[in-house]
Amino acid sequence: MAECHPVGFQWVMEAKARGAKIIHVDPRFTRTSAVSHVHAALRAGTDIAFLGGLINHVLRNGLDFREYVLAYTNAAAILTEEFADTEDLDGLFSGYDPEKRQYDISTWAYEDADATPAAGSGEPEQSGEHHHGGERHQRAARGESYGSGGASVHAKPKTDETLQHPRCVYQVLKRHFARYTPEAVADICGLPVEQFAEIAEAVTANSGRERTTAWVYSVGWTHHTVGAQYIRTASILQTLLGNIGRPGGGILALRGHASIQGSTDIPTLFNLLPGYIPMPHAHEHFDLDGFVAADAGKTGFWGNMRAYTVSLLKAYWGESAQPGNDFRFDYLPRLTGDHGTYATVQQQIEGECKGYFLVGENPAVGSANGKFQRLGLANLDWLVVRDLQLIESATFWKNGQEIETGELATTEIGTEVFFLPAAAHTEKDGSFTNTQRLLQWHHKAVEPPGEARSDLWFYYHLGRLIRERIGDDPRDAPLRDLTWSYPTAGPTADPSAESVLAEINGHGPDGPLAAYTELKDDGSTTCGCWIYCGVRADGHNHAADRKPGSEQDWVAGGWAWAWPANRRILYNRASADPDGKAWSERKKLITWDAGQGRWVGPDVPDFEVTKPPDYVPPEGAKAQAALGGADAFIMQTDGKAWLFAPAGLADGPLPAHYEPFESPVGNALYSQQESPTRQTLDSPHNRYNPARSKAYPYVFTTYRLTEHHTAGGMSRTLPYLAELQPEFFCEVSPALAAERGLEHLGWATIVSARTAIEARVLVTDRIKPLKVRGRTIHQVGLPYHWGPNGLSRGDAANDLLSVVMDPNVHIQEAKAATCDIRPGRRPRGPALPVHVEEYRSRAEEGEPTDG
Amino acid sequence: MGESGYLGDQPRMGFFTDTSVCIGCKACEVACKEWNGVPEAGGLDLLGMSYDNTGALGSNTWRHVAFIEQPVPSTKDVPARDVVALGMPAVGAPAPDEEPGVRWLMSSDVCKHCTHAACLDVCPTGALFRTEFDTVVVQQDICNGCGYCVPACPYGVIEKRKSDGRAFKCTLCYDRLGAGLEPACAKACPTDSIQFGELDELRERAAERVTTLHDSGVAEARLYGHDPNDGVGGDGAFFLLLDEPEVYGLPPDPVVTTRDLPAMWKRAAATAAGVAAAVAVSFLGRRR
Amino acid sequence: MVEPAEFRSYYGRPILKEPAWKQPDVPLYLFLGGAAGASASIAALADVTGRPELARAGRLVASGGSIASVAALIHDLGKPTRFLHMLRVLKPTSPLSVGSWILSPFSGLAAVAAASELSGILPGAGRLAGAAAGLLGPAMCTYTAVLLSDTATPSWHEAYGTLPILFAGSALTSGAGAALLLVPSVETGPVVRAGLIGAAAELAAARHAETGLGLASEPYRTGRAGKLLKAARALTAAGAGLSLVARRNRAAGAAAGVAYLAAGLCTRFGVYAAGVESARDPKYVVVPQRERLRR
Ligand SMILES: Nc1nc2c(c(=O)[nH]1)N[C@H]1C(S)=C(S)[C@@H](COP(=O)(O)OP(=O)(O)OC[C@H]3O[C@@H](n4cnc5c(=O)[nH]c(N)nc54)[C@H](O)[C@@H]3O)O[C@H]1N2
Ligand SMILES: Nc1nc2c(c(=O)[nH]1)N[C@H]1C(S)=C(S)[C@@H](COP(=O)(O)OP(=O)(O)OC[C@H]3O[C@@H](n4cnc5c(=O)[nH]c(N)nc54)[C@H](O)[C@@H]3O)O[C@H]1N2
Ligand code: SF4
Ligand code: SF4
Ligand code: SF4
Ligand code: SF4
Ligand code: SF4
Ligand SMILES: [Mo]
Repeated sequence: MAECHPVGFQWVMEAKARGAKIIHVDPRFTRTSAVSHVHAALRAGTDIAFLGGLINHVLRNGLDFREYVLAYTNAAAILTEEFADTEDLDGLFSGYDPEKRQYDISTWAYEDADATPAAGSGEPEQSGEHHHGGERHQRAARGESYGSGGASVHAKPKTDETLQHPRCVYQVLKRHFARYTPEAVADICGLPVEQFAEIAEAVTANSGRERTTAWVYSVGWTHHTVGAQYIRTASILQTLLGNIGRPGGGILALRGHASIQGSTDIPTLFNLLPGYIPMPHAHEHFDLDGFVAADAGKTGFWGNMRAYTVSLLKAYWGESAQPGNDFRFDYLPRLTGDHGTYATVQQQIEGECKGYFLVGENPAVGSANGKFQRLGLANLDWLVVRDLQLIESATFWKNGQEIETGELATTEIGTEVFFLPAAAHTEKDGSFTNTQRLLQWHHKAVEPPGEARSDLWFYYHLGRLIRERIGDDPRDAPLRDLTWSYPTAGPTADPSAESVLAEINGHGPDGPLAAYTELKDDGSTTCGCWIYCGVRADGHNHAADRKPGSEQDWVAGGWAWAWPANRRILYNRASADPDGKAWSERKKLITWDAGQGRWVGPDVPDFEVTKPPDYVPPEGAKAQAALGGADAFIMQTDGKAWLFAPAGLADGPLPAHYEPFESPVGNALYSQQESPTRQTLDSPHNRYNPARSKAYPYVFTTYRLTEHHTAGGMSRTLPYLAELQPEFFCEVSPALAAERGLEHLGWATIVSARTAIEARVLVTDRIKPLKVRGRTIHQVGLPYHWGPNGLSRGDAANDLLSVVMDPNVHIQEAKAATCDIRPGRRPRGPALPVHVEEYRSRAEEGEPTDG
Repeated sequence: MGESGYLGDQPRMGFFTDTSVCIGCKACEVACKEWNGVPEAGGLDLLGMSYDNTGALGSNTWRHVAFIEQPVPSTKDVPARDVVALGMPAVGAPAPDEEPGVRWLMSSDVCKHCTHAACLDVCPTGALFRTEFDTVVVQQDICNGCGYCVPACPYGVIEKRKSDGRAFKCTLCYDRLGAGLEPACAKACPTDSIQFGELDELRERAAERVTTLHDSGVAEARLYGHDPNDGVGGDGAFFLLLDEPEVYGLPPDPVVTTRDLPAMWKRAAATAAGVAAAVAVSFLGRRR
Repeated sequence: MVEPAEFRSYYGRPILKEPAWKQPDVPLYLFLGGAAGASASIAALADVTGRPELARAGRLVASGGSIASVAALIHDLGKPTRFLHMLRVLKPTSPLSVGSWILSPFSGLAAVAAASELSGILPGAGRLAGAAAGLLGPAMCTYTAVLLSDTATPSWHEAYGTLPILFAGSALTSGAGAALLLVPSVETGPVVRAGLIGAAAELAAARHAETGLGLASEPYRTGRAGKLLKAARALTAAGAGLSLVARRNRAAGAAAGVAYLAAGLCTRFGVYAAGVESARDPKYVVVPQRERLRR
């Protein structure tokens, strides 16, 4: 965190100064470890075992926050008899189809789910149509739509409040995690038992009524074939300990690019509409009612999905969207399958995808398997790159690795590349949405240089020109009918960003809306993104609010604006006990004031303000009205935090430890080696290292340096940053250096089935060999910022990686793979692929290592 | 009148750099260059000195972040409690065959703005001067590049810029101070490792911080350059360190060279008189 | 060599900055200034005592040396106008300022004396200027020692009691050397004696520099500096020896002169190199300072 979120890290340092204990879990000793109390060095890709060990510690010793667990989680829910756990099936859950490598999730349900429909839904679950899970769910990475609340289950479960029923979630959990003992953790992660005990003690001692523990993660936890399950494991732990919805608790996802949170909220993702409304599917969603019925949780706040969707359609198509024409629902594009970035690249290689916009990304360096990316780019008709710099993704045709090796020739690449310089954030108005869902406005400080223009400018004028050119072909009606007028200003006719924010905020008959609760499904309101509704309440840009911390309370609601409803801590109803009283004075946030008949406290309550703690939903209630006064998790259909996820995940209702797809060791827990539902990509340009291969005996992990930014376009090109980390390097332990004859500051060649790259060697005690499964496992650290352009140049770590993905969200496994490392520089030119091929055939012949 | 000779109401301003909270992000290094238009250090050299690739303070690096990787005894040698209390524990691995753990010290160095500043004393042109904030600044239009300040500085801070010939160093952001702003490096520092303020107040704060650290078991915390009775009369920019100063590239006991200047002049004058006498004596005696 | 066990440092990197002056400019400046200073004094007394050739040579050397010395300084500064900044102020705390205020009038006076000597114009003024330059001469011989000592450079600073004597002695031998080279032997009696005094002082001071300054002496004994200073000592001794027969043997006199001058050069380059070395290796900073703290 110190490396990649140094500004946010000041709060960790402040917490430390106030007595917090800081524990850093990372394969490498980093700047973060340097100022932490404990550094737990584990093998990359094994955190489920580590966190599972903590869960086991909690359950085995009865250390969970029982009142919280009973009130706010689904611990008491009873599962169907058909459900079978990894314990029963040696690493698989029930419902696995080995052919498709997918789960049918119907057995993961609550008992008698069909017989007990959710309050008020009135309709039984359509049998066979398990929307949240399964193949289509997986292909469309539907899991990503849970950015604002979980999957829906249409049933209130049977429960056993004593938690004794053998099929209740609590008992299932207990059995499931029983084998994650400290010894198993040591064996899998390489973490000494004593250190594990110290951490377990610290985490549990610091949880409960009086104290809370926070877990902070970023891509060290997500770039895995089991990334979503990493986060699930942390969620289970935190929920058991009562650390969600309370001050100082939570699982805090540190996000990446300055507005990457914004780009999932108002998504650049293929499978989402603004506000985590799923993108309709061509073969499922024929009309608005069908779309909303299938996806809206009938209870909880997602029960209002129709209002959110209609308001969005009104924002898109204005007057043209009317009740009579389903608010132009049919104008929306539809999914037909996986259109994620890696699937698209494969389609480029296969000649199906012909044109491509790269706006603010540099996949030739930044995405897994660089060659795969560049081969895709080289097989297009046209490519538009909008960037601050002439990045590798715009110059692959002259200096990509494949030109050097002769695999591609400049003269034979047909892609026409249009490079359009982009204005940087300092050169335009707009907002960033950051890690804590905070919208912060930035004002233009300088005019963009030369031809550079804002992305808003580009899309607005592109749309304008297209709309001018299209005729009256009915096919183009969605374009013609779009609301597309924004005031422009200045010599370059830059559209007003505030007017876009106003459109996102939405308005009703009386002007700008103040909250998403005002949204209607009758077409009387418009809203570009329901969760952002209220950012421009009263026509005031709250994202630009800048009240200094010293002038307000600790929640600091006057600094910028957080979605939803300027709420700073989500699910903060859980900060009070079921009766609405604070769990403790020390951790008080929101409490029920019976006198006033409302929830009060410094934060905006994440609950209906006047719904009393003893509220019992009447028969037939819908949406939020169907949730009780103690159902704190209001975006869930059942109002509960899920220890067990009966729906919504492609790879299991509970996390289980699987080895990374490329791992030097066998799975210590199950004979199922790797994630059974991992998403592989079959291509001759995407070869995989065999698991436990002797040819690739080392683990490598990729990461960032404070001094550079991602694919390097914004840092390797700047002299002040380039000089701080001038060259691509690898980090190895003294023991590995001795084993392979690597010299400090010498060169090393690192090889995988994809390619070989070279890096200067830093021998450092900060990298530690680990004892894993009775063997010493060495890890190689590779910062992934380099490429052939800019001031500081070097081979790209991503050329070494394959594309293998998490089935829920299609993220690549960038944090754990295998390689070999040798002293000296890599072969050049055509000798390089030959060298790699030799390795590959050796690896394929070779026996797997034991263990 | 201040020790440094400055007269006025403006309190002395300076830095307290608390390296125990430095995260080595180098924001200070970059912010300084951005604000002051300092050229890049020149050359893209991988130095292999941990994550330090700019090496030292100099004409093009007015803030410099040092990185020190040290082995520390493995957790098995030290009771676990102590390890935690260090604030900089080992990569915890009490397995029997374990190699030592590591600690990683980071520290942002800067011109010390000495109370008795040798650079300023020896500057023949008056280009180096003491500001109303009691800081030491080069007036670039006066500096003639004589380079005398360079070997005079007991901390090896000031340096002649090759491309230009004149001497450059931290100005303690004289322009920003004048406008009521804090220096760029301090502003950029996310963890408040760099604290800017009135020197007297900073010294108090630093003393408290050392006590806090000592109380929490960080016995090795110590201040450096805070003492007005040291060889340079105390630094305007002083530090909290977690190891000996030389480990960070700082001199353990710097003394302003001009402290001995009167003795030097005396010696030189006496010797000059000796030369005169020797010549005179040589001309005595027989005329041939 | 750095013995790592003895002291700790930041990757063996220097703590101090090396003197920023250019070589050979500054060692030459030191040498020329010294030779000029001694020559001016010799010339003044030669004039008073009626040794015209010695006076003439002395004046020429004083003027040529000091002007060359200024030129060397200007070359080091890079731009001629930058020298003028030296005369903006007179700062007693800056040996370079004081030195500039010695060097400038001295070179002016020496130039006037030399010009008059060469042209025969205004002989009175010339003599007066020569006398004044002669009075400043001794200062020219020693201020450069303060210039070096008044730095943090360990081997220079620690030698602040020694360098003036070394430089003064060396200036005397250089002045004497120039005279031995240029002046007919009938007039060289005083310079032989001055040279011998200088040589004695120089040898004694050099010995002290090499052994009497603790760790700071090491750079004077070792490496390039050690070689140069060893050569300087040999040349000085040779010069002194040869000078004894200079009155009888013109060639020996000339050789003595050359030896003395060469010794002067070696001394300045050697002392300079020792300083640089002591700044380069952090042990010369850390070890003595640590000892000081331990005391
Ligand atoms: N300076 C800087 N800041 C950045 C960025 C940048 O490029 N430079 N990028 C931004 C972006 S886009 C993002 S997404 C964020 C990412 O922020 P981070 O996630 O912090 O970035 P990484 O360095 O990629 O990975 C973090 C750590 O995960 C560790 N790790 C690897 N594998 C595992 C594992 O299996 N388990 C555990 N526990 N740790 C593991 C790595 O050693 C590394 O130290 O940073 C953002 N901030
Ligand atoms: N091996 C490995 N690979 C990884 C990761 C890893 O940890 N390991 N991390 C992954 C992660 S989390 C991420 S986010 C990606 C990042 O990978 P990319 O997004 O491909 O890389 P960036 O270099 O961040 O590309 C952003 C580009 O946007 C440009 N830009 C900046 N501002 C603007 C603007 O306002 N408009 C326009 N049009 N362009 C702009 C910049 O110049 C830069 O070139 O890398 C991924 N790849
Ligand atoms: S670059 Fe921006 S996002 Fe990253 S740490 Fe600095 S302020 Fe935060
Ligand atoms: S540290 Fe050096 S440059 Fe800075 S004021 Fe002191 S003597 Fe001058
Ligand atoms: S280089 Fe400039 S600042 Fe340094 S002493 Fe000479 S004139 Fe003064
Ligand atoms: S005070 Fe100003 S000049 Fe000095 S280091 Fe900080 S930013 Fe640079
Ligand atoms: S900005 Fe602060 S934390 Fe970052 S390197 Fe500089 S002193 Fe350390
Ligand atoms: Mo990211």
